[in-house]
Amino acid sequence: MDTTLAERIAGQPKYQELKARRTSLGWRLTIAMLVVYYGFILLVAFNKSFLATRLGDGVTTIGMPIGLGVIVFTIVITAIYVQRANRDFDALADEVTKAVLK
Amino acid sequence: MRLRHHLAGAGLWLASTLALAAGADLGQADKQATNWTAIVMFAIFVAFTLWITKWAAAKTRSAADFYTAGGGITGFQNGLAIAGDYMSAASFLGISAAVMASGFDGLIFSIGFLVGWPVVTFLLAERLRNLGKFTFADVAAFRFEQTPVRMFAASGTLVVVAFYLIAQMVGAGQLIKLLFGLEYWMAVVIVGALMMIYVLFGGMTATTWVQIIKAILLLAGASFMAFMVLLQFGFSPEAMFAKAVEIKTGIAAKAGKTPEEAAAAGFSIMGPGGFVKDPISAISFGMALMFGTAGLPHILMRFFTVPNAKEARKSVLWATTWIGYFYILTFIIGFGAIVFVLTNPGFLDAKGALLGGNNMAAVHLANAVGGNVFLGFISAVAFATILAVVAGLTLSGASAVSHDLYATVIKKGKADSAAELRVSKITTVALGIIAVVLGIAFEKQNIAFMVSLAFAIAASANFPVLLMSVLWKGCTTRGAVIGGFLGLISSVVLTVVSPTVWEATLGNPKGSALFPYTSPALFSMTIGFFGIWLFSILDNSRRAAQDKAGFLAQQVRSETGIGAAGASGH
Repeated sequence: MDTTLAERIAGQPKYQELKARRTSLGWRLTIAMLVVYYGFILLVAFNKSFLATRLGDGVTTIGMPIGLGVIVFTIVITAIYVQRANRDFDALADEVTKAVLK
Repeated sequence: MRLRHHLAGAGLWLASTLALAAGADLGQADKQATNWTAIVMFAIFVAFTLWITKWAAAKTRSAADFYTAGGGITGFQNGLAIAGDYMSAASFLGISAAVMASGFDGLIFSIGFLVGWPVVTFLLAERLRNLGKFTFADVAAFRFEQTPVRMFAASGTLVVVAFYLIAQMVGAGQLIKLLFGLEYWMAVVIVGALMMIYVLFGGMTATTWVQIIKAILLLAGASFMAFMVLLQFGFSPEAMFAKAVEIKTGIAAKAGKTPEEAAAAGFSIMGPGGFVKDPISAISFGMALMFGTAGLPHILMRFFTVPNAKEARKSVLWATTWIGYFYILTFIIGFGAIVFVLTNPGFLDAKGALLGGNNMAAVHLANAVGGNVFLGFISAVAFATILAVVAGLTLSGASAVSHDLYATVIKKGKADSAAELRVSKITTVALGIIAVVLGIAFEKQNIAFMVSLAFAIAASANFPVLLMSVLWKGCTTRGAVIGGFLGLISSVVLTVVSPTVWEATLGNPKGSALFPYTSPALFSMTIGFFGIWLFSILDNSRRAAQDKAGFLAQQVRSETGIGAAGASGH
């Protein structure tokens, strides 16, 4: 791609919107994932007894739903990104392409 | 038994189990009686995959076919293939064994191996697809001077592939000795020969389908086992946990513990135990797993097999779903092993240890829930699993040599497709031979550190260069190359002087290791990122101005896909 074409695309408002939205969604979800995972690791490092607290009368501890919750969260947060991206980003990218290549 | 001995040292336990979970060290295994059911099932798998390779070979004509299967893989197929590339035999056997041994701690390992995937999706997958063609170096070197960046990327790829491959070969030899009753060297030669055939003749198409088939077989087998375990407890996790705690308590009491101590030991599987010794090691290891996933060359390469950014992001969602589901299954399988394997004298030796070592947990459970035929099936799947992983690694190493070094560095981008393809095939054969030789040479070595090292290098060298070159305008050729090499060298050096290698592998006295933590990633990743930043901002060369000027065009392509290498138009 030559620089003039790149500059023409970069000047498109739709391109600006696509770039801003993908970057902001990507980083917000990345930070959410970092907080959840390292929160879990810090809990394991500093508060073992909390994770070993029994839920009710049985042997199941609060650590079990939390641990499985991190796995489910990982899948769900990926699904949220993909669903948003499928809905918005491809259409925006198409509009940008049509606008500059017509 | 040597496996028990090997796991016994308290300091070693963590490192070994981590590596088990990662797919490396299955320890020293005792040779078992020849298992014909398993061998026949494996032979069927091999025959089927060779037939697929024949079909794939007819479609593999150009370098693009060889590296990316022509770019025509769908997101769903690629997701399964990524899962097949990532779920190793020892993550199946090792994590379920870790859960059987210590319960909740096993879950902590598996979570670490999963959490890198969202980061790959959010920051890299689409941009990789839009910028790259065959290897991750295409992306990392996009706007930079080709020769130095390609040399760095090829080094990063080959070092990661080498450590991962040795670990897989040694694991394969031990595992096959255990499951099939074959000699160690025979197992290594079979794995080496088959992976060479898949890659040499079928390229990415055959590799992809071997990985897809293996993923389906592994997921189906593990699902069946978890289902059978839960069925016994009326699908109540509480009932399963209660029974496991009761059995662990009984074992502790029999070992001479007081009732209170035994009850505490039994209940310890329900919460975190010895996994996290110090918070620095825990965070550092977590970083190696999370960002290492985003820097593994054989995984990154899979994003170039799909036609566009949309399929790339769909493939990571599928991969994450399958891998997450698989780790939930291994957790149930580990608890099932406590209940059905540790209580069955048929699976234990005189001292109450597992026949064949702790890693046999899932294998014995397969026998317990499905009888001898299912045992054979699971053994064959474990072998198939190793094949799928090593084929992906070999392909990625071969591409680094032929596409990055030969075609771009030596031929300055003017190599014709046929010559490039020939070089990748020669490299495939060379890698296959090297892998077999090293696999045999390292038979008796403690290679527990190798997979964690591969993840740490990927996180400290490949990932920082990739991320900074794609997202930071100020990144220059000099910054990327120096920072990348600093990350690579520091991760290797810090691993060598850590207790796992310095004391356990090299035999130096306890306490003499210079670096006290289990994983270098926290430090070596920081060095990598800091090096890229520092040497980029200090770079006032003419090349640096050119590098920065190229950012806009790169960013436009990475965001929109305009100009991206298409499905077939390579």
